[in-house]
Amino acid sequence: MRILLIEDDRQMADYLRKALTEVGALVDHAADGREGLLLAAGGDFDVLIVDRMLPGLDGLGIVRTLRASGNRTPVLFLSALGEVDDRVEGLRAGGDDYLIKPFAFSELHARVEALLRRGVADAPETRLRVADLEMDLLKREVVRAGRAIQLQPREFRLLECLMRHAGQVVTRTMLLEQVWDYHFDPQTNVIDVHISRLRAKIDKDFDPPLLQTVRGAGYMIRAG
Amino acid sequence: MTAPAHPAGAWTGLRARAVGILRSSTFRFALLYVLLIGVSVVILLGFIYWSTAGYMDRQTAATIQAEIQGLAEQYRRRGLSGLTSLISERVARDPAGASVYLLVDEDLDPIVGNLDRWPTEFPDADGWIGFRLRARGPDRNDEHEARAQVFRLRGGLRLLVGRDVRDLEATRALIQDALAWGLAITAALALLGSWLMSASLVRRLESINQISREIMEGDLSRRIPLSGSGDDFDQLAVSLNRMLERIEALMAGVRQVSDNIAHDMRTPLTRLRNKLELLGAELPATGAARTLAEETVADAEEMLATFNALLRIARLESGSRRAAFAPLDLAALAEDLVELYEPVAAERGQHLRLSAAGPVCVVGDRDLLFQALANLVDNAIKYSPPGGELRLSVGSDGRRARVLVADRGPGIPVDLRDKVFRRFFRADDSRSTPGSGLGLSLVQAVAQLHRARIELTDNHPGLRVTLWLVPCQHQ
Repeated sequence: MRILLIEDDRQMADYLRKALTEVGALVDHAADGREGLLLAAGGDFDVLIVDRMLPGLDGLGIVRTLRASGNRTPVLFLSALGEVDDRVEGLRAGGDDYLIKPFAFSELHARVEALLRRGVADAPETRLRVADLEMDLLKREVVRAGRAIQLQPREFRLLECLMRHAGQVVTRTMLLEQVWDYHFDPQTNVIDVHISRLRAKIDKDFDPPLLQTVRGAGYMIRAG
Repeated sequence: MTAPAHPAGAWTGLRARAVGILRSSTFRFALLYVLLIGVSVVILLGFIYWSTAGYMDRQTAATIQAEIQGLAEQYRRRGLSGLTSLISERVARDPAGASVYLLVDEDLDPIVGNLDRWPTEFPDADGWIGFRLRARGPDRNDEHEARAQVFRLRGGLRLLVGRDVRDLEATRALIQDALAWGLAITAALALLGSWLMSASLVRRLESINQISREIMEGDLSRRIPLSGSGDDFDQLAVSLNRMLERIEALMAGVRQVSDNIAHDMRTPLTRLRNKLELLGAELPATGAARTLAEETVADAEEMLATFNALLRIARLESGSRRAAFAPLDLAALAEDLVELYEPVAAERGQHLRLSAAGPVCVVGDRDLLFQALANLVDNAIKYSPPGGELRLSVGSDGRRARVLVADRGPGIPVDLRDKVFRRFFRADDSRSTPGSGLGLSLVQAVAQLHRARIELTDNHPGLRVTLWLVPCQHQ
């Protein structure tokens, strides 16, 4: 995957470039807004990681210009501004996701992976499958190894979110945002309890376990 | 807030305004002024009355004295017959006149005059007799007030000369009436004037009060409007506005400093955390060094989280972030919250129950309200013993929307209830419970942003936190 990183903080940029390269990405870097816009418009990137506060042209301006010219490359905003209206502003400008500094690299990585996946799988899916676990999105049914599993609506959405990102790490904040649709900072790991309830339903009586905890990052569902 | 639409509300508002005016110091001052004016007017009118009535009395007395002297002179020159003929002549000349004459012998038997009999009343110290007089002229049945002087003649004769003072009394009553009305009208005008004056002062003070309240709620940009007349109130407003500008500038300075600290501290802290993470990844996956690195990353994250929470509270307290405000259903929000936290409570053997009668509309920031309520529910779960029943309830009484979080924990002693909202405050017995001490500060900041009031009460046992919000229709 090719990633363009537009970030003026040298140290942050070095760290991200190093960490992203380590997970197998090809990273281009621009240190100011104008250069970033030129690179983004000219190059063929899979994901843009754009800092909101940049010298020259700010992040919102870059993304607005790109979107206005028909460029649909997924954009992940990085920002030290963390309030709800900042996020809304970022998403309105055409950003696809918004990550508040400081963040764990695993959080960034999970979100970048999710954005990559979104670019590929645009066709509406009606069935999701991971190993012998199947989800019918139209009938709202879940079956594992031929046995129907009863899920609460929220558990269904939780499993759906994990299965849509099968093989990728989904962080706790991503789950809160996508399944519960609230951007907030829980003081305790509320998600963990929901995961363990879900796990009891889809993994307890089956083998092998599909829903895995990725330490320090989040959760992942995958075959084997 | 707009004016209440229903009549009861309008009446209450009117009554509150009237009470406000009555209780204002201006009105009290004006009342005192009315009292002073009243006393002055009474003294002034009393003097007018006294001098007018006194003048009339003296006039009457002088007339009677002159007549007595005239008659006495006549008696001395022409004897009794001259006197009686003069009296008869005078009586005959003006039968319905105001003058009263009576000449009697030593047995008080009338000799001549227009009075039937000698009055029984005794004279006062100055020799004046006041008595009732059968009216002469057309209104024959009336009795009039009369005043007379008695003059003793030689030979035991007595001469009474007086005047019917009915006209005098009528004039006196007229003056009394006029004075009483004058006093009443003065008092009424003074009261009305002071009411109007107080109302206008109260209105101007109330506008200053209103602005002050808005400023206390966090809107530091508000200023007191000037009337343009350059009067004392305008001068006060100018001074207050200057003070507010100064405060705002200082606050902006503090915020700038805290933002700078945030920027200057968060960035290196983040780098530290990131480098530790990279370092950890280099270490063997199963070694003690790896665990240590991961723990250190977690510590750094905790520091960052505290820092972020502080900054977030500071930003909320600056009270300007209402861009994401929209109407929302508090009951639905509470339902989501219970749905999210119920398993956490269940894991501790607690039961989290929601009671909501129906949708409750408030205008607010959905995520912030959720965050605030999540902090409250989180605390409730943390401090309640296993098996405790936790309650989240949403309701509205029309004027106020209410969210209540009740737990079965140790509660908060009355004397600590104000302190728990301070940053980093932790009750002594909760030091062992994990938490930053910023949870309730954030709740308060969110409440303040929403012009909501927080109330801590006893749940017998436990704590009951109520958030009073402004419902949609009152926004």
